[in-house]
Amino acid sequence: MAQSDSPGRRDRHPAAEWQRDVLAFAGLAIIILVLFLSQGAVYSVRVMVEAGCYALLALGLTIQWGYAGMFNIGIMGFLAAGAASSMLISFPANPKFWASPGPMLVALFIGKLFLCGIAIWVANKADRIGVSRRVKGIIVTLVLIASFVVISNHMASMSQEIESTSGWMGGLGLPVLFGWAVAGVVAAIIAWAVGKICLGLRSDYLAIATLGIAAIIKTFLKNADWLTRGTLTVSPLPWPVPTPANGHFVLARSYYLCVVVVIMVLLYLLLQRAYYAPWGRMMRAIRDNEDAAEAMGKDVTKRRLQIFVLGCIPMGVGGAMLIHFAQIYDPSAFVDLNYTFLIWVMVILGGAGNNRGAILGAIFVYIIWTASAPIALWLFHLVAYYGHEWVGWQPPSDLDSRALEMRVFVVGLAITLVLRYAPQGVLPEPRARH
Amino acid sequence: MNELVFFVDNGLIAGLIIGAIYALGAIGVTLIFGILRFAHFAHGDMMTMGAFISLIIASLLQAAGVHGPFALVFIGMFPAMVITAAIAIGLDRIFYKPLRQAGARPIVLVMASLGVTLMLQGVLRLFGGVSARNMFIDRPKSIFQFHLPGANRPIVLTEPQIILFVFTAVTVFALHYFLTRTRLGKAMRAVSDNPDLARITGISTEHVVWATWIIGGALACAAGTLLSMDVALKPDLSWNILLPIFAATIVGGIGQPYGAIAGGFLVGLCESLSVFNWAILLRPIKPYLWFDIPSSLALVPTEYKLMVPFLILIIVLIYRPTGIFKGRVL
Repeated sequence: MAQSDSPGRRDRHPAAEWQRDVLAFAGLAIIILVLFLSQGAVYSVRVMVEAGCYALLALGLTIQWGYAGMFNIGIMGFLAAGAASSMLISFPANPKFWASPGPMLVALFIGKLFLCGIAIWVANKADRIGVSRRVKGIIVTLVLIASFVVISNHMASMSQEIESTSGWMGGLGLPVLFGWAVAGVVAAIIAWAVGKICLGLRSDYLAIATLGIAAIIKTFLKNADWLTRGTLTVSPLPWPVPTPANGHFVLARSYYLCVVVVIMVLLYLLLQRAYYAPWGRMMRAIRDNEDAAEAMGKDVTKRRLQIFVLGCIPMGVGGAMLIHFAQIYDPSAFVDLNYTFLIWVMVILGGAGNNRGAILGAIFVYIIWTASAPIALWLFHLVAYYGHEWVGWQPPSDLDSRALEMRVFVVGLAITLVLRYAPQGVLPEPRARH
Repeated sequence: MNELVFFVDNGLIAGLIIGAIYALGAIGVTLIFGILRFAHFAHGDMMTMGAFISLIIASLLQAAGVHGPFALVFIGMFPAMVITAAIAIGLDRIFYKPLRQAGARPIVLVMASLGVTLMLQGVLRLFGGVSARNMFIDRPKSIFQFHLPGANRPIVLTEPQIILFVFTAVTVFALHYFLTRTRLGKAMRAVSDNPDLARITGISTEHVVWATWIIGGALACAAGTLLSMDVALKPDLSWNILLPIFAATIVGGIGQPYGAIAGGFLVGLCESLSVFNWAILLRPIKPYLWFDIPSSLALVPTEYKLMVPFLILIIVLIYRPTGIFKGRVL
């Protein structure tokens, strides 16, 4: 199907672009100033740290959607996987687990996973050594079934053993920054597997698959009591900087903010560099006209896989940073709305394909988002009050939770309105000048 | 024998019921996918919305003092189907049509449908709350028991389950008639096969789009209502029902209504049979076995039920992306 050129790419004078960026960020600075003056430093620094983490997530998405037009709606899954692996790396060790036969079982489990992976891979390559298609199909099926039986059996006995002897695995007690790096790696591995399956097909499939993988990761984390304590939650997660245990909230959070900002700026500089490099140009070429790019000799599927994996790394890292900051790991708290659709609003509102736009959108939307809960509650209490006064309407008892659900509606409305009336976002994609 | 009855009740019938629901939903998704060429993510919430509308109409009927041979909510389902179809067309006009006309890429339409699904979710939870509701407001549902010789337990079928089976069968025949015998149905298939060629031959795309939304919306409403009648009306179902429906669509082949029906039943049966505890079937032959039967022999633990449609989807995408009925790969 012919891909239409993205609409509204107007010629803009470079100076106008520059001025618009300054204006937009000045507006954002005013909003942040208002936040600090009205809410106080303790709360505002917290919001800023979280907004910074969201900016990382948004940068990850802008790589996938803005550069390559890939539709990932499973951000929550990559974020949760990153958060869980970082939690496992950096949380203090559980001595009871290390004294039990648990570590042996886990090592065996990893070994079996590895072996099954190799077996499936080999079975899939069976046609290379002259096995007919039909026989290959049978072999693959048998290997898949056998691996499934082996893995699920081992997992059942292992989880029972660990849960009864030591509760859960506990962490490894390694440095937090290392945990964040592992978070990125885990997210990348999952992304590679998903992308390998879906990226040869149209983006709709990727959307469905990412939505599914996110739901499955969440289910797994909620039920794997042996690995992550399931819904019992893990806290307090360590920080890479001193935690506010002694009451210096502003100072401790400011340190954390510094770490977040450093990582964000590093990523931004890298992305700016990549965007204007031949690599970024190639990616945009693939996005705008796949067939032409292929005719030029670009390996479209391979490049897509590459960029999908690259985009998922900031999602894993950002998720780990977000959860570490909250200091509590709770798998039930991973909801699509906060961790997938909100980020979509940030990216398309800020301007897909524009790195500054992603950061701007993330910070702006997150500040609005934190303000939206009290505003929604206030509005609904107002309605309930006057409804009661004037027409004797009895508001339902769960008015508060319903008021918060209203935010789902607003997020959906924001997505549809932006798509229709401002598909370029606040800071449109920079027009390349070669 | 008791074990067999248990299997029929909890394995087969449960799978056929959820399969019928998936099939009804997947018909709409596959038509929309085939004709409008995007994955309609708002279908799950359209189902919930339809169920809510049925419930509202049933309450109105009850207030008006209507009694019928069927449960009020089933009577209310038919006007609700009309209303849902009208809403589907309205949503198309407001949100999808302008994007289509602006020549947006198909993926932008997918995004718009996500926005729509979030809006529907918000509205439903705002007015409906998040608690589950019983759909049988006028009387309890009737339960039919069938006794098999040699079994103490009967095979149990409830009223909504029988209604569901009959309704699905009628729908399948009506749909078949519509798609193969009527002008509009043939036009729909033509547009699905080759939109450009269909337009050149003078088929009105507008009418086809309308018909797609009417069928999709009405069947979504029916599926939602019948599902809620069988269990309860849960407003937070959306993704959990959407994934199996997409799996059914892709398994059956995109743009293939019969494939969607087969895919729906396949996914439903796989789901219920993989969470079924097979140890129960082995119990009668326990003395002859050389090993101890474990207490649970389900292929997949119940909490991982959502994994089954997903795995089916992945396997189909890897090994046969066209689906079993040779649909398209978009």
